[in-house]
Amino acid sequence: MERSNDELVLDGNAVGGLVAEVFGSDLTAAMGTCPDCGTEGELATLRAYTHAPGVVLRCPACDAVQLVIVRTPGGLHHSMRRRAKT
Amino acid sequence: MSALVWQIGTVREIRPETAKVKSFTFSLPEWMRHRAGQHYDLRLTAPDGYRAQRSYSIASAPERESAIDLTIERVEDGEVSTFLHETVIVGDRVELRGPIGGYFVWDATQRGPLLLIAGGSGVVPMMSMLRHRAAARSGVPARLLVSSRTIDDVIYRAELDQLASRRDGLEVFHTLTRAQPAGWTGYARRIDDAMLAEVARPSAKDALAFVCGPTAFVETAATGLERAGFAATRIKTERFGPTGT
Repeated sequence: MERSNDELVLDGNAVGGLVAEVFGSDLTAAMGTCPDCGTEGELATLRAYTHAPGVVLRCPACDAVQLVIVRTPGGLHHSMRRRAKT
Repeated sequence: MSALVWQIGTVREIRPETAKVKSFTFSLPEWMRHRAGQHYDLRLTAPDGYRAQRSYSIASAPERESAIDLTIERVEDGEVSTFLHETVIVGDRVELRGPIGGYFVWDATQRGPLLLIAGGSGVVPMMSMLRHRAAARSGVPARLLVSSRTIDDVIYRAELDQLASRRDGLEVFHTLTRAQPAGWTGYARRIDDAMLAEVARPSAKDALAFVCGPTAFVETAATGLERAGFAATRIKTERFGPTGT
């Protein structure tokens, strides 16, 4: 499996401020499920790739993309595949 | 005022911790009590509008009101940390947003024991936890293992010695990976399973472990703690690296 440079990987905790900007509250402790492998965990436990244009949060178990946030001159855009657990 | 809104923090004090690490005290007009382990986002805006932003762990205890300490390592070519280290002086202002994070946090009301494993400046959020533990007069048994390159790279060395000398249930272990002073009695290698098992052993059953450091360090520590008997759900990790968000 191809991975980004692992030394540059952070976790979901580090982008908690940006995620809060998108969703309106601090979601780092919010539980959710990977849409591909079903692994469950807090948003803070996701791998955060922040060197792309935008931020990509991936599953720590299977690397599937769970959340993408991109900032453009028009504002913040996001794509969410992660399943929120209530 | 919400933790999500940017506010202007004023630099009140700058203290060198090691050759590459400084602590900055920022006074905040809208200070909010944080939880030990949380971070702030710090944002710089250049005259031409270019912005750079980073996340930094809070070093001070929640009990300290109206101001926070951020301990920041100067990263090679790091545009934010280099600016903070080389240009910022007392009285300067920066934009701050926080406190942020609900996962990598510890409160003194939680039952122990507490096991903290830190690589380099990964000790910063642990320091907030230990300062909080001391300020709250918590007797929760706590062990801290800090990995540093040399004795001069150990952040908060004097304060950690002082906290451990209170004999209130805190034990501090050091490992020096590059060079050791004469007569050094601590560990002298990179962290490994044997070291983690020794430090973790008395507390493995119901302890809560926090691991913070560079990615490779965090992976080694988390794997080692699991092999030492920790449930994965009792190990909280935080990776840091040279990046912005």
